[in-house]
Parts: sequence; C-alpha cells; structure tokens
Amino acid sequence: MAALDRVKVLVLGDSGVGKSSLVHLLCQNQVLGNPSWTVGCSVDVRIHDYKEGTPEEKTYYTELWDVGGSVGSASSMKSTRAVFYNSVNGIILVHDLTNKKSSQNLYRWSLEALNRDVVPTGVLVTNGDYDREQFADNQIPLLVIGTKLDQIPEAKRNEVLTRTAFLAEDFNAEEINLDCTNPRYLAAGSSNAVKLSRFFDKVIEKRYFLRDGNQIPGFSDRKRFGGGALKNLHYD
Amino acid sequence: MRQLFKDYEVRQYVVQVVFSVTFAFSCTMFELIIFEILGVLNSSSRYFHWKLNLCVILLLLVFMVPFYIGYFVVSNIRLLHRKRLFFACLVWLTFMYFFWKLGDPFPILSPKHGILSIEQLISRVGVIGVTLMALLSGFGAVNCPYTYMSYFLRNVTDADILALERRLLQTMDMIISKKKRIAMAHRTMFQRGEVHNKPTGFWGMIKSVTTSAPGSENLSLIQQEVDALEELSRQLFLETADLHATKERIEYSRTFQGKYFNFLGYFFSIYCVWKIFMATINIVFDRVGKTDPVTRGIEITVNYLGIQFDPFASLATPSKYCHGGRVPADSGFLHYTALIHPWSSSLLGTEEDSNPGQKAACLHVKFWSQHISFILVGIIIVTSIRGLLITLTKFFYAISSSKSSNVIVLLLAQIMGMYFVSSVLLIRMSMPLEYRTIITEVLGELQFNFYHRWFDVIFLVSALSSILFLYLAHKQAPEKHMAL
Repeated sequence: MAALDRVKVLVLGDSGVGKSSLVHLLCQNQVLGNPSWTVGCSVDVRIHDYKEGTPEEKTYYTELWDVGGSVGSASSMKSTRAVFYNSVNGIILVHDLTNKKSSQNLYRWSLEALNRDVVPTGVLVTNGDYDREQFADNQIPLLVIGTKLDQIPEAKRNEVLTRTAFLAEDFNAEEINLDCTNPRYLAAGSSNAVKLSRFFDKVIEKRYFLRDGNQIPGFSDRKRFGGGALKNLHYD
Repeated sequence: MRQLFKDYEVRQYVVQVVFSVTFAFSCTMFELIIFEILGVLNSSSRYFHWKLNLCVILLLLVFMVPFYIGYFVVSNIRLLHRKRLFFACLVWLTFMYFFWKLGDPFPILSPKHGILSIEQLISRVGVIGVTLMALLSGFGAVNCPYTYMSYFLRNVTDADILALERRLLQTMDMIISKKKRIAMAHRTMFQRGEVHNKPTGFWGMIKSVTTSAPGSENLSLIQQEVDALEELSRQLFLETADLHATKERIEYSRTFQGKYFNFLGYFFSIYCVWKIFMATINIVFDRVGKTDPVTRGIEITVNYLGIQFDPFASLATPSKYCHGGRVPADSGFLHYTALIHPWSSSLLGTEEDSNPGQKAACLHVKFWSQHISFILVGIIIVTSIRGLLITLTKFFYAISSSKSSNVIVLLLAQIMGMYFVSSVLLIRMSMPLEYRTIITEVLGELQFNFYHRWFDVIFLVSALSSILFLYLAHKQAPEKHMAL
C-alpha cells in the first residue's frame, strides 16, 4: 500500500482564506465542519490516478502540505516555515475572492516558497519584488484557487473574475474559483475537477517523467525515478 | 489605520470614523494639558474646551462605541441576524447596567451630583482605565528588561535547531504514512461498494455496536494516532519557531544596537525594581504624594547638593514648593522618571555658593519647574501613546481575522479612549500644583487619591504576577529543550 509513489504539493496562502477547508475537501471529499487556525503545517493525502482512463493509469499519493501563517510574520516564523519547503513538486496558491489583499500577497508567498527551493539554474531573486521572468523560468507547476465564491454578490462577480484571471496569467497557472463549503464545485466531470486533475497530472509528470535536460526538484528519490522514465519511453 | 488593517480590509466606514474620532479627541485632551502649562489661549476658553472635549469623549466611550460593538458582535452571530438592531440595544442596555454597578464597590459615589453627570461617568471610566493602565504598566515594567537584557537569553546552537527540525519532519512523515493507510483503506472500501458513514441516530448506533467491520475499528485507531501525532507536530513547530526567534535575538544582541538596548535593559530593570518598591511602600504606609516629581527633584538637588540656580531676582513671593513634601506616589508612566534626574542635574548651574540662600533658590524652582514639567509631560504623553499604539498593533495582528475585524477595531477604540481619560487623571499627579487646578475644576469632585491608590495596588499585583509568569515560562523552556 505504501509502495505507491508520492508527490508533494504545497498549499499556500494568507490566514483565513480557506486552505484547510480546501485540503479537507480535496482529500476527504467532505466539507470541513469546524475550521480552526492551522498552527504549523497540516498534511493530508489524496490518492490520484495519473492519466485516468488510459492504459498508463497509475495511482500516486499526492501529499497536500497546508502551511499556516502570514507573509508579514517575523523572520523567525519564516525560517521555521522554510523547513517545509524542501523538495516541493507543485504549489497551490489560495486566495480569498472577497479580500483583495490576499491575492496580492500571493506573489510574496510564491517567492517565499520558490526561494527556498533552490533551483539549480541559479535564478537571482530580489527580495520581495515581483519579477515575471522568475515565473516564466519556473519548473514547479502552480495552481491558483480562489475561495469564498459564494460570498461575492452576483453583480461584482465579473470584475472579480477578470481580476483573478490576470492573476493566474501572471503566475502562468490555471485558476479555479470555488466555495470550499460546497462539494458541488469539484464534482466529477465539472471543469474545475478537470483542471484539478490536469494540474496533478502535470505535477506527477514533472516529477517522474520529464528528463530532457530540465532541472528536476527533489533529488532525494532518484532511485524511483529511473523506473518511471523507462516506462515513459515505451508508451510515448 | 492602514497599518492596522494591512491584511484585512475593514469596509465599514462607520468603524473607521468612530476610531479616528476617538483617537482625535483623546489627543486633543493631551494638547489641552500642554496648553495649560504653556499658558496658551485664554483661561476661560481653555475651560470651555476642556468641558466640550470631555463631553464628547464620554459620549463616545459610554454610548456610541459599546453600541456599535454590540451591533457588530450580534451581526456576526448567524442566528440573530434578522433582528440585529433589537439585540444590539439589548446588549447595550446590559453594558450600561454593569457599567453602573461598577461604581458601587468603590468610594467614588458622591451624592451631590445627579445620575447622568460628568463626574459619575468619568469616575467609572476612570476606574476601568486605571485598572487597564496599571495592568499594562505592571506587565511592561517586568517584560521590558526581560526582553532587552541578553542575560536571559538561552544559548541556542544551530545543531539544536537542526535536530528539532529533523524531529519535526520525521513526525510529519509518520503522519503522512498513517494518512496514506487511511486513504487507501477508504478507497478500497469505496471500490468494494461499502459506504463508510458514521452511525447516525439511535438505531444506527445500536447496529454499529453489534456489527462493526474490523477495518473501521482499525481505522479509528489509526485516526487517533494521527491526531496525537498532529498535536505533537504543532508543538514541535512552535518550539522550532521559538528557537529561531531566540537565535535571532542572540545575533541581534551582538550588534551595536543590541548592546545599546542591553544597557538600557539594565537601567530599566533597576528602575522597575525601584517602582515596585515604591508602590509597596505607598500601600503599606498609606502615603499619597502632594508634590510632583519635578519640583521634588529640584528640591532634592537644591537642598542636598547645595547648588544654586541662576539668580532671577524678579520673583519676590515665596512659593510653597519649598516645604519638604512627603514622598510622592509615582504615577503611571514608565519612562519619564528615568529621565528626570539627568535632566535636572544638567539644567543646574555648577557654581557652588557658600551661602546656599534657600529662599532665593525657592523662587527659581517655580520658573524651572514650569519648563521642566512641560517637557516631561510632553515626553510622557508621547511615549505612552506610542507604547500603547505599538502594543495594540501587535495585539491586533495576532488576533485579526476577516470576520471580527470590526469588533476588534471598536474594542481598541474603547480601550484607547479609556486609557487616555485615565491617563489624564493620573497625569495630574505629575504636574505642579497650580496646573492641577484646571483638571480638578473640570473633572469635578473626584477623589484622586483613591485612583492613585488603586493604581498602585493593581500595578503591584500585575507586576508580581507577570514576574511569576515569566519565571515559570523561562524555567519551562530550557527543560523542554533539554528533553530532546
């Protein structure tokens, strides 16, 4: 059972945007009854079928690491959080659709996570400034999720959605907007569910199957890496 | 305002307005004090402004802010959402009732005035505010040297941090492997068609007692282990954060700034010990001061050091400050007395006279005391406002959330208003007699001595309990550290 391969995905965002509810929804397919403050990091596991419905279908464990805290916290908190950013294979950025500040903080969140993950190309990052080139060169797949969609009145929905579309474009990422208290948004077959599984597929691909000269984060599990790559050569 | 709401937007315009208005009027009070000392504006117009200011502040503190707090708290609770206004009024009436009851155990009710007079309201607001100030001062008096001085810093090496981090990651891995088992078990059960739902209702519970799948029992056991491990991971995370913070403090203490603050810390610790000692003496010997520290300081230097002021022969009336006053009870503010002695000694001339001429010296005390007290009162006001705002900001960051930010802002406005009103009460002690008159006039027949006594008591209690608390926390941490 534990012999399945694993990928590690971080779930980042400001306090109170709904990361814990989201992770619970993704992993348990149930709505979280009593959300409370996340101290430190809480992990949950989702079993994902890579390339579902095709002959190459394979199940993977996707670990969703939900890291609590705020971007403006003390540097001691930041260096403590940094221990979780090792060998990350994908990042889900969560923001609150009713709170503009949380979307702006996503830049700082992604920089914090990516700075920690030493990319061997040696990209020089300036502290806190947003630089689009960093994200263009980024190997780690990103996904932007906006929560609390139900709390936005119908009239303002359009402008909020255009704003978030720009945000997702900046990160070169897909975006999903949902309400964590309603499992309907991630029902099987809906466009959100398709985007989600596409994201996980991409994460798994980048982790196990991509070999052509691109830098792979996560050097620790190299021994499993060879098997996956050989498999790919057969079917491609 | 922007500083306080960096992460969460307070959209209600009303809240912002109320907060700003409270702050503005509180500051106006302090300005009036300064004007009093300086002698700006006509005396009657000052009096009028005092009255006006007090009326507005009391109106805000007692009527408006609690009402809005009640309103926002009620609108957060989903059940009562419909009849918000009604319940808000109910909450407000409860608050007024308790506010009134507050006056009973204290000797501040004078039967001369009516129910809704300024004196009654101020007296109650004063009690709450003085309690708050004393608590903050007591805690600050102990916490300040504790944080500044590097003597208390435990030695943290990189190896410690790494070891703790490794433990944290190991715990996370264990949690993950257990969760994987749970997830896989769920999936197989789901694929086999068994829907795993918790037993609901009476009949469901009876059924689950008799027929329980062995898999689900196993799962609940694993789930309990996971919960325990998660709790452990949280604790480890907090410890790691603590170690990181300590390490940074050690590094900071090696810089020049750090060394400077370290020195200040020693200085403040002596001062704080002295303050606690004074508070104890005042309570034990039941003394309340009559003169303010400025004149007393000048008196001391004049009487004991025999140093004369610059001759200003114009003033011929002997002032009453020459009579040796009793030891004054030190009021509120933490930083200023540390400055007074260097100040007064630097302002004196250094020539020694064989005939000290006490009478001549007395006259000039008045002149200098005005200036010095003005400067001191200014420093007091500035540092206490700054200290309060910084504390409130930190507190606000710690507990802010998008749901309750309105309530928190209003609570802060209330606390700030009460703090300022009571600091006006207490600042009366630090001012020379002639400036006290206007405050005494405006605030009516309050028993100021009671407030000073009450402040001393609460200050002592708060300082002692925070010493105890910090001692326990300090002792506990290295034990945890060594248990690794």
